[in-house]
Amino acid sequence: MSGTFVGMPVFPPPAHPAFPKAAHEAVHNQTLRGNLRHATHTIRGKREKAVAEMSDWAELREAGKQIKDHTLRHLDRYLVQVEESVTAAGGIVHWAADADEANRIVARLVKETGEPEVVKVKSMATQEIGLNEALEAEGIHAYETDLAELIVQLGKDRPSHILVPAIHRNRGEIRDIFAREMSEWGRPAPEGLTDTPAELAEAARLHLREKFLRAKVGISGANFMVAETGTLVVVESEGNGRMCLTLPETLISVVGIEKIVPTWRDLEVFLQTLPRSSTAERMNPYTSMWTGTTDQDGPQTFHLVLLDNGRTDTLADEVGRQALRCIRCSACLNVCPVYERAGGHAYGSVYPGPIGAILSPQLRGTASEIDASLPYASSLCGACYEVCPVAIDIPEVLVHLRERVVEGGPVTREGNKVILKPAKGHAAERAAMRAARWAFASPRALRAGQRLASRTRRFHPRTLPGPGSAWSATRDLPPVPAEPFRDWWQRTQGGKGDKGAAK
Amino acid sequence: MSSRERILGRVRRALADVEQDDMPYEQAVSRDYLRVHGDRGVEQTVELLAENLADYRAIVHRCTTADLAATLAGMLAARGSRTVVVPPGLDPEWLSAAEAELVLDRAESTPYELDRVDSVVTACAVAVAETGTIVLDGSPDQGRRRITLVPDHHICVVRVPEQVVASVPQSLERLDPTRPLTWISGPSATSDIELDRVEGVHGPRTLEVVLVTA
Amino acid sequence: MRVALFLTCVNDTLYPDTGRAVVKLLTRLGVEVDFPMAQTCCGQAHYNTGYRHEAEPLARHFSDVFRDYEAIVTPSGSCGAMVRELYPRMGERARAEGRGDTLAATLAPVVPKTYELTEFLVDVLGVTDVGAYYPHTVTYHPTCHGLRSLGLGDRPRRLLQAVKGLELVELPGADECCGFGGTFALKNADVSAAMGTDKVRNAESTGAEVLCAADNSCLMHIGGTMTRLRTGMRPVHIAEILASTEEEPAA
Repeated sequence: MSGTFVGMPVFPPPAHPAFPKAAHEAVHNQTLRGNLRHATHTIRGKREKAVAEMSDWAELREAGKQIKDHTLRHLDRYLVQVEESVTAAGGIVHWAADADEANRIVARLVKETGEPEVVKVKSMATQEIGLNEALEAEGIHAYETDLAELIVQLGKDRPSHILVPAIHRNRGEIRDIFAREMSEWGRPAPEGLTDTPAELAEAARLHLREKFLRAKVGISGANFMVAETGTLVVVESEGNGRMCLTLPETLISVVGIEKIVPTWRDLEVFLQTLPRSSTAERMNPYTSMWTGTTDQDGPQTFHLVLLDNGRTDTLADEVGRQALRCIRCSACLNVCPVYERAGGHAYGSVYPGPIGAILSPQLRGTASEIDASLPYASSLCGACYEVCPVAIDIPEVLVHLRERVVEGGPVTREGNKVILKPAKGHAAERAAMRAARWAFASPRALRAGQRLASRTRRFHPRTLPGPGSAWSATRDLPPVPAEPFRDWWQRTQGGKGDKGAAK
Repeated sequence: MSSRERILGRVRRALADVEQDDMPYEQAVSRDYLRVHGDRGVEQTVELLAENLADYRAIVHRCTTADLAATLAGMLAARGSRTVVVPPGLDPEWLSAAEAELVLDRAESTPYELDRVDSVVTACAVAVAETGTIVLDGSPDQGRRRITLVPDHHICVVRVPEQVVASVPQSLERLDPTRPLTWISGPSATSDIELDRVEGVHGPRTLEVVLVTA
Repeated sequence: MRVALFLTCVNDTLYPDTGRAVVKLLTRLGVEVDFPMAQTCCGQAHYNTGYRHEAEPLARHFSDVFRDYEAIVTPSGSCGAMVRELYPRMGERARAEGRGDTLAATLAPVVPKTYELTEFLVDVLGVTDVGAYYPHTVTYHPTCHGLRSLGLGDRPRRLLQAVKGLELVELPGADECCGFGGTFALKNADVSAAMGTDKVRNAESTGAEVLCAADNSCLMHIGGTMTRLRTGMRPVHIAEILASTEEEPAA
């Protein structure tokens, strides 16, 4: 192996710019806009069709919501139950309060095997905690095996989508990355590789196969953990998940504590809603379910790392906790008009899009510039809520988090209640909002303002200087009318007696 | 304080505002969704399975028990398979006519050995018509999970109609969660390039399903 | 039936024509319309920007002004949604903050009586043909709050289809947000403008003369983008189309 292996960078980068600034470049990048538009529109139509096949979609959605809410309301009980049932089935359970602790546990477990490398199934939780970098620092190479993760890892890039981390890349760009980078880390790309998706998939198959066959340690997340049975579930398409979950001798799964469902039967809901919401398939090609260890079949050592890392803080917020229902399908990303134009990188988190805009500021807090700006990265159009298979009211949580940013107030951080101060940078807005509230408190003040505007209307430009240019750089202002409606109404009693036009 | 105690403590404090309810779980969730979509007879359910398997690019064959050995032998020959791995409990009749060399799965065989095998033939635990899914549960006629993963060609035999259920809810009722389960819907695929589906990545790139009737 | 026109502060100040159109239309349909002069603003911009507590006095004022009317009609999907969807939520939040039921009880009476204009026409008055005449090609943009919060469904389209002389053409990507989003238009101006441009390009592709919607806030954004892009299309509020007759056609 030559060169230094570069994993995925930890999020957020030290000082990620606020969302509007980060989005600025993406909006004007025509290649990126084209790639995102093509991909999100393709999947939108397909999802709609896959969902329309189910006459009971609304009922499945409601059941999914209730199962998750119930679990969250009794999470302590179910966590203990998961621990018991996984242990009884031959697994070893670890608890990690934060990212550092989870990384330390995993690094120690890998070191105990004596292996210098691991293969990984795509996992949001391990990306969230920056596991690859933590392992790298301990001299352990982590190979991402999901096709999109591979594209990102080889391209020394950042993931920009929950389901398809390389959604910002088109086939030509992927071909170039494979041709350029594969030889550095193992089997080179085939000679004369073209940009047909089938050939690109074949190149990934050949490149990764040698890694799968020699792997001794696999690392995964899980889509679901069943409390009553101790069963873990990984939903995937390519078979890289099956490779990582069955060929190695040791399997380490890092799973967020909110991934529990109480009973085996509960899977009947999510196995119907998740595939249709994410890849728009009736069923994804492969789903693996394992309960502890099985003699002579699959890993003989299984570790489960239960991860908090801000989840209990999120749970403490009675409006925001619904974000923990998320099953990471990415339907909300695919329908979001803001995501489609800003791209995933602008969100400065492994969780981009609408769900990221409510998850990141809760898991990480709103102290950083990017996290304080994420609740505003939405026009509140509601398309995300409409498609969410567990009915997370994302606009509701966004507005709630906006309130937290501008008003401050009590929140829970690392298990402790703290009082947040209102965020800086909103002082002028706050003053304007107060002034507007004062003006609107009485119709008289409103009317005075309207009359002033009408009298001076000849002098109103259609563009504005200063802060107003945020509007008028791209949009003309509407002309101010000769008189506000209320003056007309008073003058004419609703058109019954017109007493002459306004001057 | 251990992290276990710390996390459980945080959860309990976080839920301080939540009213205690001791409602049994069966009543806590309203399950107004359907057990099955549509009203189909046995034949139509099998037909739907075949359609949905094919829709996701599995190759579907149909035959009777009497013809099974000949059918499988023909499929292996057509593929040009010289070696085929078999789970320990597969009915010996099934491959009695096959010309390919049978490789019995052994505990000590390595992934590299499996990688050199052309095909694998297994039974299944259950098949789901609405989604076009076959489920393997590691029973002796299906073998360890790896044998249906590493070879590039998987032939799966489904006994119809008895192994076919209509829906996902029905399939879970039939499965044992303590066993390692693999749900397979078509050959391996990916949507990672421009969110468009392409078949054939790491798992078997060819999935053939034989629907066998008595 | 005596109804109150809740015109909204934006329409009152910038779009009096829409208000006049609602009065003309409802009067034509035999409805006695009142415009309570004490009305100001529903508080939506405050609430959605994170200033819920600043919005509360405005909501209480709204309830004081409108609570005694039989019905409250507004030509704005988003302000209608503010009252119907978010006033109850404000009440709940106040309760959760330990401030009791007062706010919830104050706001409760106006919630079920508030109707968006097309809802009022189709559901309460039971009409889809309002006797309008509008000889233009029109494409309809269903605004997000009307579409998803209020569930207006096909009501606006049914009303438009019944208008004499009007040719309704499909808007590609109709369900997609235009990018206004209140303060979003200022805070995320780049993304907002990109969304607006795409909306206007889609509208242009229909060949329609007029883009119609049931919310002037969105139309302000779309219209401002149209003139900047020099499309030659006009944004028109649905009330102005429905108010237009052969005797008194709209401009």
